[in-house]
Amino acid sequence: MDILSLFVTVPIFTLIALLFAKGLKQVRIISLIGMGIQFVMAINLVFAYFKERAINSDIMVFTQDYTWFKNFNIHYTVGADGITVAMIVLTAIVVLAGVFISWKTEDLPKEFFISLIVLAAGVYGFFISIDLFTMFVFYEIAVIPMFLLIGIWGTGPKEYSAMKLTLMLMGASALLLVGILGIYFNSAGADGVLTYNILDIAKVTIDSDAQKLFFPIVFIGFGVLGAMFPFHTWSPDGHASAPTAVSMLHAGVLMKLGGYGIFRVAMYLLPEGAAEWGNFFIVLAVIGVIYGALAAVRQTDLKYINAYSSVSHLGMVLFALLMMNKTAWNGAIMQSLSHGFMTALFFALIGMIYGRTHTRDITKLGGLLKVIPFISVIYVIAGLASLGLPGFSGFVAEMQIFQGAFQHPDTFHRIASIITVSAIVVTAVYILRVVGIMLMGTIKNEEHLSLKDATWYEKTGIFLLLIPIIGMGMAPLWLSDMITESLAPFIHRML
Amino acid sequence: MDYSYTILIPLLPFITFLILGLGSFKIKPNLAGLIGSASLGTSLILSLYTAYNYFIKVGKVDGAYEAVYAFKTTWMNFTPTLHIDMGILIDPISVMMLIVVTLIAFLVNVYSIGYMKGDTGFTKFFAFLSLFSFSMLGLVLATNLFQIYIFWELVGVSSFLLIGFYYTKPSAIIAAKKAFIVTRFADLFFLIGILLMGYYTGTFDFAELTSADSSQLAEWTSVTFMGMSIITFSLILIFIGGAGKSAMFPLHIWLPDAMEGPTPVSALIHAATMVVAGVYLVARLFNVYYVADDGLALEVVAYVGAFSSLFAAIIALTQNDIKRVLAFSTMSQIGYMMLALGVSGYEGHDGLGYMASMWHLFTHAMFKGLLFLAAGSIIHAVHSNMLKDMGSLRKKLPITHITFLIATLAIAGIPFFSGFFSKDEILLAAHHHNKFLYFVGLFVAGLTAFYMFRLYFGIFWGKEKTYSDKVHENPKSMTIPLMILAFMSIAAGYIPFSKYITADRQGFEGHIDWNMAAIAIATAVLGIALAYVFYKKETNYPEKVTKAFGIFYKWAYDKFYMDELYFFITRQIIFKRISAPFAWFDKKIIDGTMDLIGNTTVKTSEKIKGTQSGRVQDYAMYFIGGIVVITMVVKYIM
Amino acid sequence: MINGISIYEILTLTTILFFIGVYGFFTRKNLITILMSIELILNASAINFVIINTYLYPENLQGAIFSVFIIAVAAAETALAVAIIINLYKMITSVEVKGTELMKY
Repeated sequence: MDILSLFVTVPIFTLIALLFAKGLKQVRIISLIGMGIQFVMAINLVFAYFKERAINSDIMVFTQDYTWFKNFNIHYTVGADGITVAMIVLTAIVVLAGVFISWKTEDLPKEFFISLIVLAAGVYGFFISIDLFTMFVFYEIAVIPMFLLIGIWGTGPKEYSAMKLTLMLMGASALLLVGILGIYFNSAGADGVLTYNILDIAKVTIDSDAQKLFFPIVFIGFGVLGAMFPFHTWSPDGHASAPTAVSMLHAGVLMKLGGYGIFRVAMYLLPEGAAEWGNFFIVLAVIGVIYGALAAVRQTDLKYINAYSSVSHLGMVLFALLMMNKTAWNGAIMQSLSHGFMTALFFALIGMIYGRTHTRDITKLGGLLKVIPFISVIYVIAGLASLGLPGFSGFVAEMQIFQGAFQHPDTFHRIASIITVSAIVVTAVYILRVVGIMLMGTIKNEEHLSLKDATWYEKTGIFLLLIPIIGMGMAPLWLSDMITESLAPFIHRML
Repeated sequence: MDYSYTILIPLLPFITFLILGLGSFKIKPNLAGLIGSASLGTSLILSLYTAYNYFIKVGKVDGAYEAVYAFKTTWMNFTPTLHIDMGILIDPISVMMLIVVTLIAFLVNVYSIGYMKGDTGFTKFFAFLSLFSFSMLGLVLATNLFQIYIFWELVGVSSFLLIGFYYTKPSAIIAAKKAFIVTRFADLFFLIGILLMGYYTGTFDFAELTSADSSQLAEWTSVTFMGMSIITFSLILIFIGGAGKSAMFPLHIWLPDAMEGPTPVSALIHAATMVVAGVYLVARLFNVYYVADDGLALEVVAYVGAFSSLFAAIIALTQNDIKRVLAFSTMSQIGYMMLALGVSGYEGHDGLGYMASMWHLFTHAMFKGLLFLAAGSIIHAVHSNMLKDMGSLRKKLPITHITFLIATLAIAGIPFFSGFFSKDEILLAAHHHNKFLYFVGLFVAGLTAFYMFRLYFGIFWGKEKTYSDKVHENPKSMTIPLMILAFMSIAAGYIPFSKYITADRQGFEGHIDWNMAAIAIATAVLGIALAYVFYKKETNYPEKVTKAFGIFYKWAYDKFYMDELYFFITRQIIFKRISAPFAWFDKKIIDGTMDLIGNTTVKTSEKIKGTQSGRVQDYAMYFIGGIVVITMVVKYIM
Repeated sequence: MINGISIYEILTLTTILFFIGVYGFFTRKNLITILMSIELILNASAINFVIINTYLYPENLQGAIFSVFIIAVAAAETALAVAIIINLYKMITSVEVKGTELMKY
């Protein structure tokens, strides 16, 4: 078993073990062990990657190839570059933190953790695949458990949200399938063999008309998952209804599939399409950035605020991807990671606050700094990270994006960049609004006086997420170097 | 000369912050105060040592003070040429700022041990103070624009945390938010300015930017946009960032409200150090402003400075909260510094404005820090901020009284006190450049003398008020910093600044033009005399004058409704007219479209599900019908 | 080969027979009569086989053999259908086609 496929097989073994588990305790322990192993594997992967990279200069390392359907040339092909490794580490950390945060799930715990782990397996599979079809299959595997997780363990109008989320994502995957098939049927190289393999497709130049036709299809297909305006509406409702760990996983990891797919599939394989449609999607991305931020200002539900904030932050990822230069791309990947950790942390904290006060309405909360200082202080830190304070990951990512965006001296890009940059002010407004209303001030509800601060497992989950945020913010160079290195083939093909 | 030890100067407060921040529940209050003061004291000693080394021991190299990189490392890469460095730049103004920041921070730390005694968040307070000191020192020592921006944001957030220190008080929360958001808004322009500059010059580094013969600068002055060169644009944008931090009109609205924070914080952040960051920024980039620009950006700096100075002085006349008077006075004095920078030349004696600005920054830090600390001492004693609750305190708070008087004389520009020297140089520089600005400056000097003595007489003379507690002089930890600052408020005037700190770093012989000085002194004395007549004893003159000005007084008292204007823009326009419709649009239109698609599917299916009747006969009928249709199609159409 | 009668007349007859069957299948409510209609359809097709064989390909016998098959299948089918109908009757005590609309929507 190669080092990458383990990321898919370990969850499967965890699942099998879970089937035989009895009672909450065993379920927890098994999930924790399974996800813990993955976490260790992810950390190990980073070192292994650097070691491999030193001797191997291929685009993808650790590649493995198994034929799946011979007739259609479908393979199970895995491989990793720096971006993949970074995404896997993100996933491993968020999933492990998710397990800690859901420590107290009492309602059907076994089924809950099973769904969670299937979801994680799908995400891992997506990131490691370099075969379009396998990638698509894993994408579907990741999306389906979402429906169950929200529909069964959610809160509020959960059936509606689950339905909406699943249908929109399914619609997106229908588009995606069309796009992938479009790429497949135009992928014949000199030997005339059609292929799904990304690396092989990247060697041929797809017919320019086909590129222009399929680029928007693939882009929107992934864009829906990446909460691209105007296809973002599943995200606020979905997040609001989802249980904590699912929100974390979803916003933290699943939404990253969108940006990753756009970069790896749409833009990498269809560069001419990207050049043709770039400005159109830049407009959408910019609208998403500013629109998400402004919509967040008016929300009173914590999860909605965070969901709209995700729309804004991920809009920035799309924006950066379309800026077509190394700095911005680097920033886009960093922003994906940074947003993954930050938003997962946010949802974890919101879950804790909700679990204690039984409300997410900020107008009913107040003075929490006094009663639950630990959670509140971390919330402030997460907020500051989210508004791009230096020393945290968000700043590094945003600055790279802005710097990249300002490399285009024409008026269109300048205006788009300036609008995007101005979102940092709006972000400050909605973050401080929450901090001011919910954490500062006086306690509005007498019952809140007796709240208990974070428990050990909650603290573990929090620190798991907080450490990378601070680490990335303090010493961004090694990560950005790792990503920059992996951007070389993209630059070679697209610029 | 090896300056590598200077890295300790910002690092010590940072370590203190980590210790106090992480251990805030375990460390005993007094110990926290001690740790904070000790680390800042060490930083102060190191700063003084650095100044000694830099100015005295090494001195000029080839006729100018060198700009030395004590330490430099790449922190983040953008493009092959653009990268963010973290480093320490030692040059005249950074060394001067080091002394200002560490000295005031140290004294404020000591002072706070007495002032904050018994407060629940004692340890946290010291942690924040250390965080602020670290950020401010990082800002001062920055080697490049982006490093300045990074620490710029960090001082912003420390300021937010400290203003909102009493976080259960609604007014403090609002003030903290306001301070952060307004400065953040200004930072937006700053950031755009940096990014533009970075794109065209290909560097953020000060040494590369400010080397006058830089070919890159010449290259990008030729790029124009809307009739102005890009450099002017980006310099104005950067100045807007500085104006936000330095509370220049119209971005000043956060400063008066920031007085909600504990008074030592106001002394440190909102009087002596953070608010002058804007001035420091312009001074840092002064070569670029002067050399590469066609003069427009500096004109903007000068006029904004002069206007803010006048505007704030007028408002200060009418305010009754002593901290607010001081806040407006700060704004006014910073306007002065900006004015001085704006009218300055570059080489030799032409750079008088630059030197005067830096000098005023230095002396202002001393006497304004002192004024705030003294005000804190008064507030601590009488438990009120309002002028009407004070009177005849000179006997009860003797040390505070004397030190306050010294600071007041210094700010009013009375000879032999530090403010006189620096202000005189500013007026001189303005006179050389533009007579109109000179008269504005002179008028403001008179107003300053008047409102400061209004404060002085109001607090220490006049009628005795009844106080809730027995008023007594504060403990030593509070009075000793006052005395040190009082000494500095006098002594700072006798430092030969022009020898050390000039735009071209070469220094020149400064002298006092007594003709000019006489006019300034006369104006100040006039202001003081008026204040004496009005406020020494309780008279009805103030009321009469107030009535005479009528509506104008009311405007000034309400701060020319700037707050209301901002409220209108944010609440009415941005929140109600933009943000709310966006939220509505999202709920109704976008969500509505998605729901519509879903609902249409459901409805359509509802309509056509009748075809699935379950009757075999129906199905057969459709089957036959289908065959017929297909046959027809095949026969007649194809 | 029948003298005086052309293939067209017989084919017309079987077509009429077929559509009578179809009509009956569509409109009858009783399952037994529906079954009878199906018989008509089958018979129509059986006759067609025989007639086309006789008139057009007299040297072959496939059509005739096929009609024998059809008759056999029809018999089996009828037996099966009646069995189903009897079972259905036990369930819903009716042989009306209405009662069988259980598999809808």
